[in-house]
Amino acid sequence: MAATPETAQQVQEYADDGYKYGFVTDIETESAPKGLNEDIIRFISAKKKEPEWMLESRLKAYRHWLTMPEPEWQKPDFPAINYQDSYYYSAPKSMADKPKSLDEVDPELLATYEKLGIPLQEQERLAGVAVDAVFDSVSVATTFKAKLEEVGVIFCPISEAIERCPDLVQKYLGSVVPYTDNKHACLNAAVFTDGSFVFIPKGVRCPMELSTYFRINAENTGQFERTLIIADEGSYVSYLEGCTAPMRDEHQLHAAVVELITLDDAEIKYSTVQNWYPGDEEGRGGIYNFVTKRGACRGRNSKISWTQVETGSAITWKYPSCILQGENSVGEFYSIAITNNRQQADTGTKMIHLGKNTSSRIISKGISAGRSDQTYRGLVRMGPKANGARNYTQCDSLLIGDTCGAHTVPYIESKNKGAVVEHEATTSKISEDQLFYLRQRGIDEEAAVALVVNGFCRDVLQQLPMEFAVEAQKLVGISLEGSVG
Amino acid sequence: MLEIKNLHAAVDGTEILKGLSLEINAGETHAIMGPNGSGKSTLSYVLAGRDGYKVTKGEILYKGQNLLDLSPEERAGNGVFLAFQYPVEIPGVANTIFLKEALNAVRRHRGEEELDAMAVLKVVREKTKELGISEDMLKRAVNVGFSGGEKKRNEVLQMAVLNPSLAILDETDSGLDIDALKIVADGVNALRAPDRATLVITHYQRLLDHIVPDKVHVLAKGRIQRSGGKALALELEKNGYAEFAEAAA
Repeated sequence: MAATPETAQQVQEYADDGYKYGFVTDIETESAPKGLNEDIIRFISAKKKEPEWMLESRLKAYRHWLTMPEPEWQKPDFPAINYQDSYYYSAPKSMADKPKSLDEVDPELLATYEKLGIPLQEQERLAGVAVDAVFDSVSVATTFKAKLEEVGVIFCPISEAIERCPDLVQKYLGSVVPYTDNKHACLNAAVFTDGSFVFIPKGVRCPMELSTYFRINAENTGQFERTLIIADEGSYVSYLEGCTAPMRDEHQLHAAVVELITLDDAEIKYSTVQNWYPGDEEGRGGIYNFVTKRGACRGRNSKISWTQVETGSAITWKYPSCILQGENSVGEFYSIAITNNRQQADTGTKMIHLGKNTSSRIISKGISAGRSDQTYRGLVRMGPKANGARNYTQCDSLLIGDTCGAHTVPYIESKNKGAVVEHEATTSKISEDQLFYLRQRGIDEEAAVALVVNGFCRDVLQQLPMEFAVEAQKLVGISLEGSVG
Repeated sequence: MLEIKNLHAAVDGTEILKGLSLEINAGETHAIMGPNGSGKSTLSYVLAGRDGYKVTKGEILYKGQNLLDLSPEERAGNGVFLAFQYPVEIPGVANTIFLKEALNAVRRHRGEEELDAMAVLKVVREKTKELGISEDMLKRAVNVGFSGGEKKRNEVLQMAVLNPSLAILDETDSGLDIDALKIVADGVNALRAPDRATLVITHYQRLLDHIVPDKVHVLAKGRIQRSGGKALALELEKNGYAEFAEAAA
């Protein structure tokens, strides 16, 4: 059961904190020189001690990137990005010689994760959750690795996977999101630094939740993580990613790529709680979150389920998608997106039905407050061979106040007469009646808003693993602070 | 308990209450009856502190304090409870969660310790049993898909859980068949206590057959036109409100 309770109380406790992840870890770092060129890419590749094929693949992507236009179809409006103004590699100096165990990791780094509520030390770890902690451009630690290897599950930083299982990486990396896909994904293919690699072997149900925690710390630094998850026949894994960054006045770029692959009868459940620094009330600072996430259900009866809670970032540009190739495969997208102050979000999904009897379900809940602007953009495509395919889309927007915006842009393309596509959309406001009713029962205004919004999001919150549902509920309240009264 | 003196209140610049005075002591149940548009609902919203209901003159003392200084949630915390004529739906929020939030908010206000989920559930279950309400109602989202009768019973349940000092029932009988009316009235009667005052606002006499008031007031044209005992309600039932509409004109 994913809990909806206790929200208001927790909101109360956290109410005074604002963005409580905004602190900076004071640590010596080693960075690549500012800017982007082929030497920088060679620098990154050398730092990661990569094989020649990986460097070649990066350079090929970079050369293509130079020719690509910026995507312009999205709703958010922002000045052109000066790519030469960022750092593309930054790592704590202490990570230069890879620590062999947690005992060798810089205590400052461990303290950072503890402060973020992600203890990495053995005795304090969240029971049943293995964590890969990525700090700027490197993975700091991955917990429970040995225990997972007992059942054949590989969970490690992607830089390590390139070394350890090059065949798997070469076979699958870029197979779902090719470097030619879009400008941001292409940049990622050229300069990605770290991220997680997961392989679940045939017939294995991963014994614990896997999670990666991304932290941007250094100034003017972009984070370009790459995640690759492969679920072999009949396997199952639940994976969660969390993200935070310090409060800084300039915008920082986060261009990630996530690729998921499920073979016959396999299932991947991928959950995200995205809480990058959103910028201040006037829209100064905040992360540009330009992310390409896509899963391929290659096998029969396979399933990929995306659940996302998006509360952070100045701009979110993100469409976790499913390519439903295998017969009877299932794609799901459950989303809560909350924007406040000057945040802009353009998010949604793509469900590409190729195989017979494939089905997909999209539940999107958008909440806009302050002067923010939000767009749901979703594509459902039924291919000519997708006999018996079905899609159900429900897209609800909730407005708080009268200076925010919500837009719904569904694209439906059907090349198969037998395919069924259903789309429902609603837009509502938190009514004055609801707030007065709750206040008459003693609940103050902010808690009342949090309660109504949590109710509005309930269908999606229920999809989150329980450990994270409570955190997500807190976030809902915190993100909307100051949005009423 | 409650003392209203020469109350004038306006909505959107139109004066609705024009010099209403009323006093209710602890342990008493009063009924306010009146024709449509006489200001009955305005009075209940002014007492609860709804935005847009502006007091232009007069005062309201509650437990000797100026009620008008307090926000709606502070009034609720101090024991003012309004059973709504049209209870509001809160989709996706289970009744138990709502009751827990409300009870703990009120307890915090009173300086009492908050109760955990289990303890709240215990209180709530006890009350549902006393009131003969089905526990099934607890799991459902607040008022969503409730019948008229269920909504009103849910109001009485909230009242029982929050244990107010001043309960205001705004047209609690509207939309109820006679069986539902009786269940709701029994619930309200069960909550009558020496330290609690109840104000029943109604258009029809029939509710007062079940909740027998100590005093009946006739509200018309924004003022109390006449006060009396239970017999006054019966007289109104017979003669209607025509007399008061004229008297006040």
